[in-house]
Amino acid sequence: MEFFRYLGASTRAGFTKLGRASYFLIEILSGLGSVIVRPRLLLKQLHSVGVLSFLIIVISGLFVGMVLGLQGFYILSRFGAEETLGVMVAASLVRELGPVVAALLFAGRAGSALTAEIGLMKATEQLSGMEMMAIDPIKRIISPRFLAGFLSMPLLAALFSAVGIIGGQLVGSGLLGVDDGAYWSQMQATLDFKHDIINGVVKSVVFGFVTSWIALFEGYDAIPTAEGVSRATTRTVVNSAFSILGLDFILTALMFGEH
Amino acid sequence: MDNFDSTKNSLVSVHNLTFSRGEKKIFDDISLEFERGKITAIMGPSGTGKTTLLKLIGGQLFPEHGNVMVNGRNVHHLKRDELYTLRKRMGMLFQSGALLTDMTVYNNVAFPLREHTKLPESMIRSLVLMKLEAVGLRGARDLMPNELSGGMARRVALARAIALDPMMILYDEPFTGQDPISMGALVLLIKSLNSTLGLTSIIVSHDVHETSAIADYIYVLADGKIVGQGTPQEIQQSSSEWVQQFMKGAADGPVHFHYPAKEYMDDLLHSEKPLFSRIRLSDERSEKRKRYS
Repeated sequence: MEFFRYLGASTRAGFTKLGRASYFLIEILSGLGSVIVRPRLLLKQLHSVGVLSFLIIVISGLFVGMVLGLQGFYILSRFGAEETLGVMVAASLVRELGPVVAALLFAGRAGSALTAEIGLMKATEQLSGMEMMAIDPIKRIISPRFLAGFLSMPLLAALFSAVGIIGGQLVGSGLLGVDDGAYWSQMQATLDFKHDIINGVVKSVVFGFVTSWIALFEGYDAIPTAEGVSRATTRTVVNSAFSILGLDFILTALMFGEH
Repeated sequence: MDNFDSTKNSLVSVHNLTFSRGEKKIFDDISLEFERGKITAIMGPSGTGKTTLLKLIGGQLFPEHGNVMVNGRNVHHLKRDELYTLRKRMGMLFQSGALLTDMTVYNNVAFPLREHTKLPESMIRSLVLMKLEAVGLRGARDLMPNELSGGMARRVALARAIALDPMMILYDEPFTGQDPISMGALVLLIKSLNSTLGLTSIIVSHDVHETSAIADYIYVLADGKIVGQGTPQEIQQSSSEWVQQFMKGAADGPVHFHYPAKEYMDDLLHSEKPLFSRIRLSDERSEKRKRYS
Protein backbone atom coordinates (compact mmCIF):
# COMPACT_ATOMS: atom_id res chain seq x y z
CA MET A 1 0.00 0.00 0.00
CA GLU A 2 2.81 2.32 0.98
CA PHE A 3 4.48 1.47 -2.32
CA PHE A 4 1.45 2.57 -4.37
CA ARG A 5 1.22 5.78 -2.43
CA TYR A 6 4.86 6.46 -3.14
CA LEU A 7 4.38 5.58 -6.81
CA GLY A 8 1.41 7.92 -7.13
CA ALA A 9 3.13 10.76 -5.34
CA SER A 10 6.31 10.53 -7.39
CA THR A 11 4.41 10.24 -10.68
CA ARG A 12 2.42 13.29 -9.77
CA ALA A 13 5.56 15.18 -8.77
CA GLY A 14 7.16 14.18 -12.05
CA PHE A 15 4.28 15.52 -14.10
CA THR A 16 4.12 18.73 -12.08
CA LYS A 17 7.79 19.26 -12.76
CA LEU A 18 7.30 18.57 -16.45
CA GLY A 19 4.54 21.17 -16.43
CA ARG A 20 6.77 23.74 -14.75
CA ALA A 21 9.54 22.94 -17.21
CA SER A 22 7.20 23.40 -20.18
CA TYR A 23 5.94 26.70 -18.86
CA PHE A 24 9.54 27.74 -18.31
CA LEU A 25 10.38 26.80 -21.91
CA ILE A 26 7.55 28.96 -23.22
CA GLU A 27 8.89 31.88 -21.18
CA ILE A 28 12.40 31.32 -22.50
CA LEU A 29 11.19 31.20 -26.09
CA SER A 30 9.12 34.34 -25.70
CA GLY A 31 12.17 36.05 -24.23
CA LEU A 32 14.30 35.26 -27.29
CA GLY A 33 13.10 38.35 -29.11
CA SER A 34 14.78 40.64 -26.62
CA VAL A 35 18.05 38.71 -26.97
CA ILE A 36 18.18 39.40 -30.69
CA VAL A 37 17.85 43.11 -29.97
CA ARG A 38 20.86 42.93 -27.65
CA PRO A 39 23.48 40.75 -29.35
CA ARG A 40 26.16 41.63 -26.79
CA LEU A 41 24.43 39.54 -24.11
CA LEU A 42 24.41 36.62 -26.53
CA LEU A 43 28.06 37.05 -27.50
CA LYS A 44 29.16 36.88 -23.89
CA GLN A 45 27.25 33.64 -23.37
CA LEU A 46 28.45 32.16 -26.66
CA HIS A 47 31.91 32.69 -25.29
CA SER A 48 31.34 31.01 -21.94
CA VAL A 49 29.11 28.19 -23.23
CA GLY A 50 30.66 27.58 -26.64
CA VAL A 51 34.22 28.85 -26.86
CA LEU A 52 35.22 27.57 -23.45
CA SER A 53 33.98 24.08 -24.41
CA PHE A 54 36.28 24.17 -27.45
CA LEU A 55 39.27 22.48 -25.87
CA ILE A 56 37.47 19.50 -24.35
CA ILE A 57 35.64 18.91 -27.64
CA VAL A 58 38.80 19.04 -29.76
CA ILE A 59 40.83 16.76 -27.50
CA SER A 60 38.05 14.22 -27.02
CA GLY A 61 37.24 14.28 -30.72
CA LEU A 62 40.85 13.61 -31.62
CA PHE A 63 41.10 10.61 -29.31
CA VAL A 64 37.76 9.16 -30.33
CA GLY A 65 38.80 9.44 -33.97
CA MET A 66 42.13 7.80 -33.29
CA VAL A 67 40.51 4.90 -31.45
CA LEU A 68 38.04 4.48 -34.30
CA GLY A 69 40.98 4.37 -36.70
CA LEU A 70 42.69 1.62 -34.70
CA GLN A 71 39.62 -0.51 -34.10
CA GLY A 72 38.26 0.00 -37.61
CA PHE A 73 41.55 -0.99 -39.18
CA TYR A 74 41.65 -4.17 -37.14
CA ILE A 75 38.24 -5.32 -38.36
CA LEU A 76 38.46 -4.02 -41.92
CA SER A 77 41.90 -5.46 -42.59
CA ARG A 78 40.55 -8.93 -41.91
CA PHE A 79 38.34 -8.48 -44.97
CA GLY A 80 41.01 -6.69 -46.96
CA ALA A 81 38.96 -3.52 -46.90
CA GLU A 82 41.39 -1.12 -45.24
CA GLU A 83 40.65 1.51 -47.89
CA THR A 84 37.15 1.96 -46.54
CA LEU A 85 38.53 3.01 -43.14
CA GLY A 86 37.75 6.63 -43.98
CA VAL A 87 34.11 5.78 -44.63
CA MET A 88 33.78 3.88 -41.39
CA VAL A 89 35.37 6.59 -39.27
CA ALA A 90 33.48 9.43 -40.90
CA ALA A 91 30.11 7.71 -40.95
CA SER A 92 30.24 6.68 -37.31
CA LEU A 93 31.35 10.15 -36.27
CA VAL A 94 28.98 12.20 -38.38
CA ARG A 95 25.93 10.05 -37.78
CA GLU A 96 26.36 9.01 -34.16
CA LEU A 97 29.44 9.72 -32.15
CA GLY A 98 29.84 13.35 -33.12
CA PRO A 99 26.41 14.56 -32.01
CA VAL A 100 26.06 12.14 -29.07
CA VAL A 101 29.50 12.34 -27.48
CA ALA A 102 29.76 16.07 -28.08
CA ALA A 103 26.34 16.53 -26.42
CA LEU A 104 27.34 14.39 -23.44
CA LEU A 105 30.53 16.40 -23.03
CA PHE A 106 28.57 19.60 -23.48
CA ALA A 107 26.15 18.57 -20.72
CA GLY A 108 29.05 17.80 -18.43
CA ARG A 109 31.06 20.90 -19.21
CA ALA A 110 28.57 23.66 -20.04
CA GLY A 111 25.25 22.28 -18.75
CA SER A 112 26.49 21.69 -15.22
CA ALA A 113 28.10 25.14 -15.20
CA LEU A 114 24.83 26.75 -16.31
CA THR A 115 22.83 24.96 -13.61
CA ALA A 116 25.29 25.86 -10.88
CA GLU A 117 25.43 29.48 -12.01
CA ILE A 118 21.66 29.96 -12.18
CA GLY A 119 21.13 28.00 -8.96
CA LEU A 120 23.62 30.15 -7.10
CA MET A 121 22.13 33.31 -8.54
CA LYS A 122 18.81 32.16 -7.15
CA ALA A 123 20.33 31.21 -3.78
CA THR A 124 21.99 34.61 -3.41
CA GLU A 125 18.74 36.41 -4.32
CA GLN A 126 20.24 37.86 -7.49
CA LEU A 127 17.25 36.71 -9.53
CA SER A 128 14.62 38.14 -7.23
CA GLY A 129 16.80 41.23 -6.84
CA MET A 130 16.56 41.68 -10.58
CA GLU A 131 12.82 41.20 -10.50
CA MET A 132 12.56 43.93 -7.89
CA MET A 133 14.63 46.18 -10.16
CA ALA A 134 11.93 45.58 -12.77
CA ILE A 135 14.29 43.52 -14.92
CA ASP A 136 12.95 40.19 -16.13
CA PRO A 137 15.58 37.58 -15.22
CA ILE A 138 14.26 35.24 -17.90
CA LYS A 139 14.92 37.78 -20.62
CA ARG A 140 18.16 39.09 -19.18
CA ILE A 141 19.77 35.92 -17.86
CA ILE A 142 18.06 32.76 -19.10
CA SER A 143 17.15 33.36 -22.73
CA PRO A 144 20.64 34.47 -23.85
CA ARG A 145 22.15 31.36 -22.26
CA PHE A 146 19.56 29.15 -23.91
CA LEU A 147 20.18 30.60 -27.34
CA ALA A 148 23.94 30.34 -26.85
CA GLY A 149 23.69 26.65 -25.94
CA PHE A 150 21.31 25.96 -28.80
CA LEU A 151 23.62 27.64 -31.32
CA SER A 152 26.91 26.23 -30.01
CA MET A 153 25.86 22.59 -29.88
CA PRO A 154 25.75 21.88 -33.65
CA LEU A 155 28.99 23.76 -34.16
CA LEU A 156 30.72 21.82 -31.39
CA ALA A 157 29.39 18.52 -32.75
CA ALA A 158 30.64 19.40 -36.24
CA LEU A 159 34.00 20.30 -34.77
CA PHE A 160 34.09 17.02 -32.88
CA SER A 161 33.41 15.04 -36.07
CA ALA A 162 35.94 17.00 -38.11
CA VAL A 163 38.72 16.57 -35.56
CA GLY A 164 37.78 12.91 -35.16
CA ILE A 165 38.11 12.29 -38.90
CA ILE A 166 41.56 13.87 -38.80
CA GLY A 167 42.43 11.69 -35.81
CA GLY A 168 41.33 8.59 -37.74
CA GLN A 169 43.43 9.67 -40.68
CA LEU A 170 46.49 10.26 -38.47
CA VAL A 171 46.29 6.75 -37.12
CA GLY A 172 45.08 5.09 -40.33
CA SER A 173 47.51 6.48 -42.86
CA GLY A 174 50.21 7.74 -40.54
CA LEU A 175 50.57 4.71 -38.33
CA LEU A 176 48.92 1.77 -40.02
CA GLY A 177 49.72 2.50 -43.65
CA VAL A 178 46.26 3.00 -45.18
CA ASP A 179 46.51 4.89 -48.44
CA ASP A 180 45.86 8.56 -47.81
CA GLY A 181 44.03 9.14 -51.09
CA ALA A 182 41.81 6.13 -50.52
CA TYR A 183 40.91 7.31 -47.01
CA TRP A 184 39.59 10.64 -48.29
CA SER A 185 38.17 9.64 -51.68
CA GLN A 186 36.22 6.66 -50.35
CA MET A 187 34.79 8.91 -47.69
CA GLN A 188 33.87 11.54 -50.24
CA ALA A 189 32.26 9.01 -52.55
CA THR A 190 30.22 7.19 -49.95
CA LEU A 191 29.00 9.75 -47.43
CA ASP A 192 25.85 11.53 -48.49
CA PHE A 193 25.43 15.16 -47.56
CA LYS A 194 21.71 14.99 -46.93
CA HIS A 195 21.40 11.52 -45.51
CA ASP A 196 24.45 11.53 -43.27
CA ILE A 197 25.58 15.04 -42.52
CA ILE A 198 22.25 16.86 -42.32
CA ASN A 199 20.78 14.12 -40.15
CA GLY A 200 23.77 14.41 -37.83
CA VAL A 201 23.27 18.16 -37.62
CA VAL A 202 19.57 17.70 -36.88
CA LYS A 203 20.50 15.40 -34.02
CA SER A 204 22.90 17.88 -32.51
CA VAL A 205 20.36 20.69 -32.82
CA VAL A 206 17.85 18.59 -30.89
CA PHE A 207 20.43 17.68 -28.25
CA GLY A 208 21.51 21.31 -27.89
CA PHE A 209 17.91 22.38 -27.35
CA VAL A 210 17.17 19.69 -24.79
CA THR A 211 20.45 19.98 -22.88
CA SER A 212 20.24 23.77 -22.55
CA TRP A 213 16.60 23.53 -21.50
CA ILE A 214 17.32 20.91 -18.83
CA ALA A 215 20.38 22.76 -17.50
CA LEU A 216 18.62 26.12 -17.21
CA PHE A 217 15.43 24.67 -15.78
CA GLU A 218 17.24 22.65 -13.12
CA GLY A 219 19.14 25.77 -12.09
CA TYR A 220 16.03 27.93 -12.01
CA ASP A 221 14.01 25.29 -10.18
CA ALA A 222 16.78 24.41 -7.70
CA ILE A 223 16.16 24.61 -3.98
CA PRO A 224 18.15 27.74 -3.09
CA THR A 225 20.63 26.12 -0.72
CA ALA A 226 24.10 24.65 -1.19
CA GLU A 227 22.69 21.13 -1.14
CA GLY A 228 19.85 22.02 -3.49
CA VAL A 229 22.21 23.49 -6.09
CA SER A 230 24.53 20.51 -5.90
CA ARG A 231 21.60 18.14 -6.42
CA ALA A 232 20.32 20.19 -9.31
CA THR A 233 23.73 20.08 -10.98
CA THR A 234 23.82 16.30 -10.67
CA ARG A 235 20.29 16.05 -12.05
CA THR A 236 21.30 18.17 -15.04
CA VAL A 237 24.09 15.81 -16.02
CA VAL A 238 22.06 12.64 -15.38
CA ASN A 239 18.86 13.84 -17.04
CA SER A 240 20.75 15.27 -20.00
CA ALA A 241 22.58 11.99 -20.52
CA PHE A 242 19.33 10.03 -20.40
CA SER A 243 17.57 12.42 -22.75
CA ILE A 244 20.44 12.51 -25.21
CA LEU A 245 20.79 8.74 -25.41
CA GLY A 246 17.03 8.13 -25.49
CA LEU A 247 16.40 10.77 -28.12
CA ASP A 248 19.35 9.48 -30.13
CA PHE A 249 17.68 6.10 -30.37
CA ILE A 250 14.38 7.64 -31.47
CA LEU A 251 16.02 9.95 -33.99
CA THR A 252 18.20 7.18 -35.39
CA ALA A 253 15.16 4.94 -35.79
CA LEU A 254 13.31 7.72 -37.61
CA MET A 255 16.22 8.78 -39.82
CA PHE A 256 18.01 5.57 -40.67
CA GLY A 257 15.37 3.02 -39.79
CA GLU A 258 14.28 2.12 -43.32
CA HIS A 259 17.73 1.02 -44.46
CA MET B 1 -8.42 51.52 15.16
CA ASP B 2 -7.78 55.20 14.88
CA ASN B 3 -4.68 55.03 12.68
CA PHE B 4 -6.37 53.39 9.71
CA ASP B 5 -8.45 56.34 8.58
CA SER B 6 -8.06 56.95 4.89
CA THR B 7 -7.31 60.65 5.33
CA LYS B 8 -3.80 59.68 6.30
CA ASN B 9 -1.18 60.39 3.73
CA SER B 10 0.07 56.87 3.17
CA LEU B 11 2.10 55.63 0.24
CA VAL B 12 1.63 51.96 0.99
CA SER B 13 -1.35 50.49 2.71
CA VAL B 14 -2.00 46.88 3.48
CA HIS B 15 -5.62 45.89 4.12
CA ASN B 16 -6.79 42.70 5.83
CA LEU B 17 -3.91 40.70 4.49
CA THR B 18 -3.87 36.93 4.93
CA PHE B 19 -1.08 34.73 3.66
CA SER B 20 -0.16 31.12 4.43
CA ARG B 21 2.73 28.83 3.69
CA GLY B 22 1.43 25.30 3.68
CA GLU B 23 -0.58 24.85 6.87
CA LYS B 24 1.01 27.73 8.71
CA LYS B 25 -0.66 31.11 8.60
CA ILE B 26 2.10 33.67 8.17
CA PHE B 27 -0.26 36.66 8.26
CA ASP B 28 -3.73 36.52 9.67
CA ASP B 29 -5.85 39.45 8.57
CA ILE B 30 -3.41 42.27 9.26
CA SER B 31 -3.61 45.89 8.15
CA LEU B 32 -0.74 48.36 8.07
CA GLU B 33 -0.19 51.89 6.81
CA PHE B 34 3.12 53.32 5.64
CA GLU B 35 3.17 57.08 5.62
CA ARG B 36 4.83 59.10 2.87
CA GLY B 37 8.26 60.49 3.69
CA LYS B 38 8.50 58.58 6.95
CA ILE B 39 10.52 55.61 8.14
CA THR B 40 8.22 52.83 9.21
CA ALA B 41 9.63 49.71 10.80
CA ILE B 42 8.17 46.24 11.01
CA MET B 43 9.67 44.31 13.88
CA GLY B 44 9.27 40.86 15.24
CA PRO B 45 11.18 37.69 15.92
CA SER B 46 12.77 35.71 13.09
CA GLY B 47 10.33 33.55 11.21
CA THR B 48 7.34 35.84 11.56
CA GLY B 49 7.33 36.48 7.82
CA LYS B 50 8.77 39.96 7.76
CA THR B 51 10.59 39.32 4.49
CA THR B 52 7.43 37.75 3.12
CA LEU B 53 5.63 41.02 3.79
CA LEU B 54 8.19 42.90 1.69
CA LYS B 55 7.77 40.39 -1.11
CA LEU B 56 4.02 40.87 -0.92
CA ILE B 57 4.43 44.64 -1.15
CA GLY B 58 6.82 44.19 -4.09
CA GLY B 59 4.32 41.96 -5.87
CA GLN B 60 6.58 38.91 -5.88
CA LEU B 61 4.08 36.91 -3.85
CA PHE B 62 0.29 36.88 -3.96
CA PRO B 63 -1.89 37.14 -0.84
CA GLU B 64 -4.81 34.82 -0.14
CA HIS B 65 -7.05 37.62 1.05
CA GLY B 66 -6.78 41.33 1.33
CA ASN B 67 -4.88 43.77 -0.80
CA VAL B 68 -1.76 45.87 -0.94
CA MET B 69 -2.05 49.40 -2.31
CA VAL B 70 1.11 51.20 -3.39
CA ASN B 71 0.71 54.81 -4.46
CA GLY B 72 -3.01 54.23 -4.86
CA ARG B 73 -2.73 51.13 -7.01
CA ASN B 74 -3.44 47.54 -6.09
CA VAL B 75 -0.14 45.76 -6.64
CA HIS B 76 -1.69 42.38 -7.26
CA HIS B 77 -4.15 43.59 -9.89
CA LEU B 78 -1.51 45.21 -12.07
CA LYS B 79 -0.49 43.75 -15.39
CA ARG B 80 3.08 42.55 -15.67
CA ASP B 81 4.41 45.65 -17.42
CA GLU B 82 2.48 47.96 -15.09
CA LEU B 83 3.99 46.12 -12.13
CA TYR B 84 7.44 46.53 -13.63
CA THR B 85 6.83 50.25 -14.12
CA LEU B 86 5.85 50.50 -10.47
CA ARG B 87 8.87 48.50 -9.35
CA LYS B 88 11.19 50.95 -11.08
CA ARG B 89 10.02 53.40 -8.44
CA MET B 90 10.59 50.95 -5.58
CA GLY B 91 14.06 50.17 -4.35
CA MET B 92 14.66 47.03 -2.39
CA LEU B 93 17.67 46.25 -0.26
CA PHE B 94 18.05 42.53 0.19
CA GLN B 95 19.60 41.03 3.28
CA SER B 96 22.40 39.51 1.24
CA GLY B 97 22.76 42.61 -0.92
CA ALA B 98 21.92 40.51 -3.98
CA LEU B 99 24.68 42.16 -5.99
CA LEU B 100 25.41 40.62 -9.37
CA THR B 101 28.58 38.69 -8.67
CA ASP B 102 30.00 38.86 -12.19
CA MET B 103 30.15 42.67 -12.31
CA THR B 104 32.20 45.34 -10.58
CA VAL B 105 30.66 47.66 -8.01
CA TYR B 106 30.47 50.38 -10.65
CA ASN B 107 28.62 48.16 -13.13
CA ASN B 108 26.29 46.91 -10.44
CA VAL B 109 25.14 50.43 -9.67
CA ALA B 110 25.00 51.27 -13.37
CA PHE B 111 22.99 48.11 -14.10
CA PRO B 112 19.44 49.45 -13.51
CA LEU B 113 20.34 52.69 -15.31
CA ARG B 114 21.62 50.84 -18.34
CA GLU B 115 18.65 48.49 -18.39
CA HIS B 116 15.96 51.10 -17.96
CA THR B 117 17.26 54.29 -19.51
CA LYS B 118 18.94 55.23 -22.76
CA LEU B 119 21.26 57.73 -21.06
CA PRO B 120 24.69 58.26 -22.61
CA GLU B 121 27.58 56.56 -20.84
CA SER B 122 28.99 59.89 -19.58
CA MET B 123 25.70 60.68 -17.82
CA ILE B 124 25.54 57.19 -16.34
CA ARG B 125 29.07 57.67 -15.04
CA SER B 126 28.15 60.88 -13.23
CA LEU B 127 25.02 59.33 -11.77
CA VAL B 128 26.84 56.19 -10.58
CA LEU B 129 29.60 58.26 -8.97
CA MET B 130 27.00 60.44 -7.23
CA LYS B 131 25.19 57.41 -5.83
CA LEU B 132 28.43 55.77 -4.73
CA GLU B 133 29.56 59.03 -3.12
CA ALA B 134 26.30 59.11 -1.16
CA VAL B 135 27.13 55.74 0.41
CA GLY B 136 30.82 56.61 0.78
CA LEU B 137 32.12 53.98 -1.62
CA ARG B 138 33.21 56.01 -4.64
CA GLY B 139 36.73 54.67 -4.12
CA ALA B 140 35.56 51.05 -4.22
CA ARG B 141 34.04 51.28 -7.68
CA ASP B 142 36.45 48.83 -9.32
CA LEU B 143 36.12 46.09 -6.72
CA MET B 144 34.17 42.92 -7.37
CA PRO B 145 31.33 41.98 -4.97
CA ASN B 146 33.33 39.10 -3.46
CA GLU B 147 36.01 41.58 -2.40
CA LEU B 148 33.57 43.59 -0.29
CA SER B 149 32.77 43.14 3.36
CA GLY B 150 29.15 42.48 4.30
CA GLY B 151 28.56 46.09 5.31
CA MET B 152 30.12 47.45 2.14
CA ALA B 153 28.09 45.07 -0.02
CA ARG B 154 24.94 46.35 1.63
CA ARG B 155 25.95 49.94 0.99
CA VAL B 156 26.64 49.18 -2.67
CA ALA B 157 23.25 47.52 -2.86
CA LEU B 158 21.79 50.66 -1.32
CA ALA B 159 23.50 52.80 -3.97
CA ARG B 160 22.00 50.53 -6.60
CA ALA B 161 18.56 50.72 -4.99
CA ILE B 162 18.59 54.53 -5.20
CA ALA B 163 20.07 54.59 -8.71
CA LEU B 164 16.70 55.18 -10.37
CA ASP B 165 15.61 57.73 -7.73
CA PRO B 166 12.77 55.65 -6.33
CA MET B 167 9.91 56.98 -4.25
CA MET B 168 10.39 54.30 -1.61
CA ILE B 169 12.91 51.79 -0.37
CA LEU B 170 12.22 48.47 1.28
CA TYR B 171 14.99 47.37 3.62
CA ASP B 172 15.20 43.68 4.49
CA GLU B 173 17.10 43.24 7.77
CA PRO B 174 19.62 45.99 7.02
CA PHE B 175 21.45 45.67 10.35
CA THR B 176 21.80 41.91 10.65
CA GLY B 177 25.34 40.62 10.91
CA GLN B 178 27.03 44.01 10.86
CA ASP B 179 29.88 45.11 13.07
CA PRO B 180 29.12 48.14 15.26
CA ILE B 181 30.87 50.59 12.91
CA SER B 182 29.12 49.56 9.71
CA MET B 183 25.89 49.26 11.69
CA GLY B 184 26.28 52.88 12.78
CA ALA B 185 27.10 53.90 9.21
CA LEU B 186 23.99 52.16 7.88
CA VAL B 187 21.73 53.69 10.51
CA LEU B 188 22.96 57.16 9.62
CA LEU B 189 22.75 56.44 5.92
CA ILE B 190 19.17 55.23 6.01
CA LYS B 191 18.13 58.23 8.07
CA SER B 192 19.91 60.77 5.88
CA LEU B 193 18.81 59.23 2.58
CA ASN B 194 15.26 59.29 3.77
CA SER B 195 15.35 62.99 4.60
CA THR B 196 17.55 64.25 1.74
CA LEU B 197 15.90 62.27 -1.06
CA GLY B 198 12.42 62.56 0.39
CA LEU B 199 11.97 58.81 0.36
CA THR B 200 9.49 56.62 2.11
CA SER B 201 11.32 53.84 3.91
CA ILE B 202 10.03 50.52 5.13
CA ILE B 203 12.44 48.65 7.37
CA VAL B 204 12.03 45.07 8.36
CA SER B 205 14.25 44.24 11.29
CA HIS B 206 14.66 42.56 14.62
CA ASP B 207 17.40 44.89 15.83
CA VAL B 208 15.40 46.76 18.44
CA HIS B 209 17.93 49.39 19.30
CA GLU B 210 19.02 50.60 15.86
CA THR B 211 15.54 50.46 14.45
CA SER B 212 13.87 52.40 17.22
CA ALA B 213 16.59 55.04 16.86
CA ILE B 214 15.52 56.00 13.35
CA ALA B 215 11.94 54.78 12.86
CA ASP B 216 9.02 57.19 12.96
CA TYR B 217 6.49 54.45 13.49
CA ILE B 218 6.85 50.80 14.49
CA TYR B 219 4.68 47.73 14.02
CA VAL B 220 5.48 44.66 16.10
CA LEU B 221 4.38 41.38 14.54
CA ALA B 222 4.02 37.98 16.16
CA ASP B 223 2.21 34.83 15.08
CA GLY B 224 0.74 36.53 12.05
CA LYS B 225 -0.84 39.35 14.06
CA ILE B 226 0.11 42.88 14.97
CA VAL B 227 0.79 42.84 18.70
CA GLY B 228 1.88 46.42 19.06
CA GLN B 229 2.23 49.64 17.11
CA GLY B 230 3.13 53.25 17.66
CA THR B 231 6.04 55.61 17.80
CA PRO B 232 9.25 54.20 19.32
CA GLN B 233 8.38 55.89 22.67
CA GLU B 234 4.89 54.43 22.69
CA ILE B 235 6.29 51.00 21.90
CA GLN B 236 8.82 51.23 24.72
CA GLN B 237 6.02 51.97 27.14
CA SER B 238 3.62 49.46 25.69
CA SER B 239 1.61 47.49 28.20
CA SER B 240 1.64 44.38 26.04
CA GLU B 241 3.68 41.60 27.64
CA TRP B 242 4.55 40.45 24.20
CA VAL B 243 6.04 43.73 23.07
CA GLN B 244 7.90 44.04 26.35
CA GLN B 245 9.47 40.63 25.96
CA PHE B 246 10.59 41.46 22.44
CA MET B 247 11.93 44.92 23.21
CA LYS B 248 13.84 43.74 26.26
CA GLY B 249 14.96 40.47 24.71
CA ALA B 250 13.78 38.22 27.55
CA ALA B 251 14.31 34.51 26.88
CA ASP B 252 10.93 33.42 28.17
CA GLY B 253 7.56 35.11 28.16
CA PRO B 254 4.58 34.94 25.83
CA VAL B 255 7.05 33.59 23.26
CA HIS B 256 8.37 30.39 24.72
CA PHE B 257 11.97 29.36 24.77
CA HIS B 258 10.97 25.81 23.84
CA TYR B 259 9.70 24.75 20.45
CA PRO B 260 6.30 23.05 20.91
CA ALA B 261 6.83 19.47 22.08
CA LYS B 262 5.10 16.85 24.21
CA GLU B 263 5.77 16.49 27.93
CA TYR B 264 9.46 16.22 28.68
CA MET B 265 9.11 13.24 31.04
CA ASP B 266 6.88 11.35 28.60
CA ASP B 267 9.38 11.94 25.85
CA LEU B 268 12.28 10.59 27.88
CA LEU B 269 10.49 7.54 29.21
CA HIS B 270 8.80 6.32 26.04
CA SER B 271 11.18 5.68 23.21
CA GLU B 272 9.63 5.98 19.78
CA LYS B 273 9.00 3.20 17.34
CA PRO B 274 11.96 3.65 14.99
CA LEU B 275 14.37 3.46 17.90
CA PHE B 276 12.70 0.29 19.05
CA SER B 277 12.90 -1.39 15.65
CA ARG B 278 16.53 -0.36 15.33
CA ILE B 279 17.34 -2.13 18.57
CA ARG B 280 15.51 -5.22 17.38
CA LEU B 281 17.43 -5.12 14.12
CA SER B 282 20.76 -4.97 15.86
CA ASP B 283 19.68 -7.92 18.00
CA GLU B 284 18.92 -9.93 14.90
CA ARG B 285 22.24 -8.99 13.43
CA SER B 286 24.18 -10.05 16.47
CA GLU B 287 22.26 -13.33 16.49
CA LYS B 288 23.20 -13.89 12.89
CA ARG B 289 26.78 -13.09 13.67
CA LYS B 290 26.72 -15.63 16.47
CA ARG B 291 25.30 -18.23 14.15
CA TYR B 292 27.96 -17.77 11.51
CA SER B 293 30.90 -17.47 13.78
